[in-house]
Amino acid sequence: MQWVWTNFDTIWGLTLAHVGLSVIPIVVGFVLSIPLGYAASRSKVARSVLLTAGGILYTIPSLALFVAIPVIIGGAILDPRNVVIALTIYAVAIMVRTAADAFASVPADVQDSATAIGFSGVQRFFAVDLPLAGPVLLAGIRVVSVSTVSLLSIGAIIGVSNLGSLFTDGFQRNFYTEIWTGLVCILLVALVFDVVLVVIARILMPWNRRSSARSVRAHARRAALS
Amino acid sequence: MIEFRGVTKQFPDGTLAVDDFTLVIPSRQFIVFVGSSGCGKTTILRMINRMVDPTSGQILIDGDDIAKTDAVKLRRSIGYVMQQSGLLPHRKVVDNVSTVPRLKGVAKAKARDDAMALLKTVGLDRALADRYPAQLSGGQQQRVGVARALAVDPNILLMDEPFGAVDPLVRAELQTEIMRLQRELDKTVVFVTHDIDEAFLLGDHVVIFQKGGKIAQQGTPAEILANPANDFVAEFIGADRGKRRLTVSDEKSADGDLVLLDGFGHPAGVMASSGAPIKASGVKSRSVSNKTDQAGDA
Repeated sequence: MQWVWTNFDTIWGLTLAHVGLSVIPIVVGFVLSIPLGYAASRSKVARSVLLTAGGILYTIPSLALFVAIPVIIGGAILDPRNVVIALTIYAVAIMVRTAADAFASVPADVQDSATAIGFSGVQRFFAVDLPLAGPVLLAGIRVVSVSTVSLLSIGAIIGVSNLGSLFTDGFQRNFYTEIWTGLVCILLVALVFDVVLVVIARILMPWNRRSSARSVRAHARRAALS
Repeated sequence: MIEFRGVTKQFPDGTLAVDDFTLVIPSRQFIVFVGSSGCGKTTILRMINRMVDPTSGQILIDGDDIAKTDAVKLRRSIGYVMQQSGLLPHRKVVDNVSTVPRLKGVAKAKARDDAMALLKTVGLDRALADRYPAQLSGGQQQRVGVARALAVDPNILLMDEPFGAVDPLVRAELQTEIMRLQRELDKTVVFVTHDIDEAFLLGDHVVIFQKGGKIAQQGTPAEILANPANDFVAEFIGADRGKRRLTVSDEKSADGDLVLLDGFGHPAGVMASSGAPIKASGVKSRSVSNKTDQAGDA
């Protein structure tokens, strides 16, 4: 424990680096997967192409991808951007499938009636399809968030500083306190991200909050009665 | 006035849903399309707001060919009510009602005020305005659907089996309500149903469909009842089974009303000795079903 306090500044710095490096892939992956997922939900061909591509991308081992990216984009091996790009690819690979399912989950009769009362295609996408896909998109982005935060630690092996550096350093020195510290910090970052996502979703999807609060209350009432 | 001229619709899979359909719907009439499922009546209804475009033929509204109009603009000028209300589940009741005015650029405050007034018109309590559709009963949702359709003050109201999914008591109440609205607001209503009793109750003019969008018979309910054009119509309206042929039984009620029997000898109703009580009973049944509808919410 003493070690943690004496090295608090280092750990805090690594935590901030970890947050910074994982936020970008999560946000960019989410934004990219929206149009791709929507396309996949609209046509069978697009769906099979995009989901297969996503599946293949996800099977590439992360270390290999971290090393391959600089070769492909022509940057330096130690550039943290390599890791950010690789993690974005993973995020999209996971998220496209969920986004496709999310858009497919929008009730067809609601879409139909929205068109029938005079929403144009673009208006319907932003005012109807996107918000109604929200709950499933949320489920997907929570998975992406956790997976990105933990995958990032592998970047430490190729020298990109983040909380994973506590693992590499701890292993080399056979110093378990450091490894445990890294593990707990990564879990905390993942947890904070998850809470932030859920709070954002509650603010953006008030109708969902009410109906789920209602069903929770109904459950409680049934439980109390039985 | 809505005019169909030789309209045909063949779907990509080859199904001929509507074949050479011609009909004129005069303005400010309550017209009901009735027929069994798959007869093309909904397809024809959806052609009026270009949710379906005909393969050939023309549809004119007040003399203008709708194929030449912008589909989105056209839809915003026509009220549309569907079976499952089709409300946007993520928007509050008041925002659902003001959806189309907002799309057309009406200021938020004015759209909201208008929507509140419309809720009153369709008999909904203001307190429901800030609820989400899922928090309403089926009958209340349908009323919101009607309010939304009326929000742009359209000349034409399209209703696709709007009361098909609510229980009989609420349905009777909604039917009364829509008849009152049509009287007050003077719209052209095109109403699709598979229920012949509903068609006869609501329609100034009833069109009975056979497969392929073919008109089996059209006319006022009285004309159709008096002279079914063919066996199909007779069977459809229940005339062949004696359902529509009522006879007077020997029994009489205390105030002298005659008990009527259908063709099977089952009591079908009473014939009042004077014409007056019909209206009173209508009001009564409405208030009863009103309570049922509200109770579902409480």
